[in-house]
Amino acid sequence: MVDATYDNQVDQQKYQQFMEKIEAGGKIEADDWMPDDYRNALIKLISMHGISEIMGALPEKEWTPKAPSLHRKLGIMAKVQDEMGHGQLLLRVAEDLMAPLGKNREDIMEDLLSGRLKFHNVFHMETKTWADAGIVGWLVDGAAIITQTNMLDSSYGPYARALKRICAEEVFHAQHGEAIIMALAEGTDQQKELIQEALNRWWPALLMFFGPASANTTGSSKQDTTIKYKIRKNTNEELRQHFFTKYVPRILSLGLTIPDETIRYDEENETWIYQQPDWNEFKQIISNNGPRSKERLQLRRISHENNAWVREALGARRNISAV
Amino acid sequence: MSIKSAGEITDQAYKQVLAELLYQLGDDDFVLSFRGSEWLGLCPHIEEDVAFSSITQNTMGHATMYYKLLEELGEGTADELAHARPKEERKNAVILEEKNGEGGYMDEPRYDWAFTVVRNYFYEAAKKVRIDSLKQSSYSPLANVAKSIGREQYFHLKHWEVWFTQLLSSTPEAAERMNIQVERVWQDFGDVLSLGPSGEKMAEFELIGDEKTLTEQWLKQVGSAFKAAGAVMPEGAPGAVSGNGREGFHTEDLTQALDTLGEVYNLDRAAAW
Repeated sequence: MVDATYDNQVDQQKYQQFMEKIEAGGKIEADDWMPDDYRNALIKLISMHGISEIMGALPEKEWTPKAPSLHRKLGIMAKVQDEMGHGQLLLRVAEDLMAPLGKNREDIMEDLLSGRLKFHNVFHMETKTWADAGIVGWLVDGAAIITQTNMLDSSYGPYARALKRICAEEVFHAQHGEAIIMALAEGTDQQKELIQEALNRWWPALLMFFGPASANTTGSSKQDTTIKYKIRKNTNEELRQHFFTKYVPRILSLGLTIPDETIRYDEENETWIYQQPDWNEFKQIISNNGPRSKERLQLRRISHENNAWVREALGARRNISAV
Repeated sequence: MSIKSAGEITDQAYKQVLAELLYQLGDDDFVLSFRGSEWLGLCPHIEEDVAFSSITQNTMGHATMYYKLLEELGEGTADELAHARPKEERKNAVILEEKNGEGGYMDEPRYDWAFTVVRNYFYEAAKKVRIDSLKQSSYSPLANVAKSIGREQYFHLKHWEVWFTQLLSSTPEAAERMNIQVERVWQDFGDVLSLGPSGEKMAEFELIGDEKTLTEQWLKQVGSAFKAAGAVMPEGAPGAVSGNGREGFHTEDLTQALDTLGEVYNLDRAAAW
């Protein structure tokens, strides 16, 4: 395979070897040669994934102290702690990829605050009641398991290994979320109303979570590059279909209504027919114009400014020990 | 003396004093864990967010263990004790209920890391002294809980000790911020070290060591950290200028904490959540 972007023979040969390796299921490691667009796609994907885990802890944090029993408090505290851990693990993977470009963690944080680095659409949304914490655990983490499992065989070894651990923990999160929802579904009328409202609120965001079906929808999509380089297997639409197959029956079995009257499974084409979410709204959301985007970024900005003296103090100590 | 279970207690005075002690232990951990959970996502760096949220989670687990022991004494379910008791019945020390700083965790949280480090380090040092003493408690279920908590708490103390000594001995700005908070926390920390009006009875029943000895051990422990940081420990015993939490005195900060902690629980106390 020859890529037109390489005009010198050495690089072309490296590229060919690289492609042969990943085609054969081999893994690329941090110090291996890799094409620039592979590195860039990984940096974008993994730093976005990492920062989304970190921003993703914020909506659930809003409900962490409010969890309605000691058991639930402990469960959700464990979950948000895991999410932060995932964020840290992924940022370490991204940092190794960025190092040759002279960039580090500080750049990731600055890119987040300036809006250059985006985070997942779902974490821009409001969490209005305790049921939202349940829906986030059950369906957002359920959706995340689907997209992440799709990359478990990623050609980039460090990412694949991080995902292996993350997916194992996400399974617990989905069970934690499902347990919250089950308790509400079997509870009082007020509790049942809480979940239906939360589901109505989250449904479009859940569909958007998988991304547009093609670049035509929103003007850009990295899925072609990531599939070509064996970072992921399936397309956005295939993953969304998988989500429907897995969760629609479960949602209905709890006596909930899906807020889309048109949704149905077309046996003949083996496809779910459904109402598209508003992809213009999606673009707005991920451009930090979602319902809680500004507030959550403001939290990180305050933390960054407020703790500047701590970072300076730690840096000063590092300099002392280095002498 | 060794009492193996709640059912073996025949002396009502013993039971009452034991309950008093368990409320202090449980309420301290419960409210400080809440203050810790407000920090999530706002810590100085991601690694600290991971570590602090782990400590906070463990601490909530410790509060739960104490509330379960109270449940066994017939005081009510652990969830009721955690969520439904009014402010006046809470026995936590006042300094532990104080807000982390200006603002709320959803809205412009200008939290103070120096306050958090000093409060947590002092607290974990005091907790270690208590836990070590509780391992010999005449009430075996409490001694067992103390052994189990002690295994985790060792790391909590180490964590805050490192922050405490590092920030005290770093830049002039950090040292100044830390010293201001040392002074502030010191003047109220006597409330944490206090075992309240039933303290003497607790020692008589051999539930826990006497307050004076435990305080001396605490002073020795934190004294060595000040020394390691090349800093000066305040003179005299810590005070309780903001009031005595052990006697049921509390501030508006505890009202905010309890309203938040019980918000969903109180929507419907009879419902299963």
